[in-house]
Amino acid sequence: MADEVLFDFLHMELVSYIHHSCVKEDNVKDTSIAKLESTGFRVGQSLIERFTKDSARFKDELDTMKFICKEFWNAIYKKQVDNLRTNHQGVYVLQDNKFKFLTQISNGKQFMESAPKYLAFPCGLLRGALSNLGVNCIVTAEVSAMPACKFQIQIQRS
Amino acid sequence: MSRQAARGTDIRKVNGELFTLTYGALVSQLMKDYENDEEVNKQLEKMGYNIGVRLIEDFLARANIGRCNDFRETADIISKVAFKMYLGITPVISNWSPSGDEFSLLIENNPLIDFVELPDGHNALNYSNLLTGVLKGALEMVQMDVDVRFVQDQLKGDNLTELRLKFVKRLEDAIPAGED
Repeated sequence: MADEVLFDFLHMELVSYIHHSCVKEDNVKDTSIAKLESTGFRVGQSLIERFTKDSARFKDELDTMKFICKEFWNAIYKKQVDNLRTNHQGVYVLQDNKFKFLTQISNGKQFMESAPKYLAFPCGLLRGALSNLGVNCIVTAEVSAMPACKFQIQIQRS
Repeated sequence: MSRQAARGTDIRKVNGELFTLTYGALVSQLMKDYENDEEVNKQLEKMGYNIGVRLIEDFLARANIGRCNDFRETADIISKVAFKMYLGITPVISNWSPSGDEFSLLIENNPLIDFVELPDGHNALNYSNLLTGVLKGALEMVQMDVDVRFVQDQLKGDNLTELRLKFVKRLEDAIPAGED
């Protein structure tokens, strides 16, 4: 079954729709990114709930992160995260050297500006999934060279 | 080790759910943005169209099939190859019109509507209207102008979902895809 293609296209339409629907707003970029992020959050929350319903409790935060990097990433993007780093103080950096949603965009600097639009939904997805696993966090993404991408997770402790 | 095994959830299933859930989030966003159901239907069809015109290329590359000789063959391929490939279902083809230019696709388990319940007061909404756009867009790229519409919808209490496809005309020249 080739449903990944279908999802890729759906995501592209989602991004383009939300971007166009925000054109009237004052700050197109921020509003559309916030909207995409919250859409992703919602999806991530429901998804992780169904994904982990039969698995045992996670040992600790790092264990959760490993699960995200392996199983979760693999289920969604058909590959694992290439590198996971942490400072052991609540910051995790997930590096994907070939991020799926960026592979359709030409490499190089030309479309660097469009990258955040395509990363907002995945960020939300990640934050939603973690939030339902009991990890409150802020997720940001950063691209230095397409199609590689770094997701930074900052744990919020209160 | 036992836990590792427990976590080996069916990845394919998760991916299908990701699609379903994302689609749901998209529809609910559209419902927020537009006042009436008709507008949402139109928007969904438009997005489907955009997907269809691209999806056909992927389809032709993967399916490795030749030209269809008639509309019946097209119907067969849509149901048995295309729907099977992308949604994992095989809709039943039925209700051919006597002239052979119109048929129905009967879908029993529409993956788009897993987890969905329509709230009251949205009888005009065709939740899965993306499908009509995808079919229209994809067929247009192979020179067929086809009219696609919903006849029955499981979300509205019908026993199955029925899509009606009507062949309008053969497009002679390959018209470049418009922006809208």
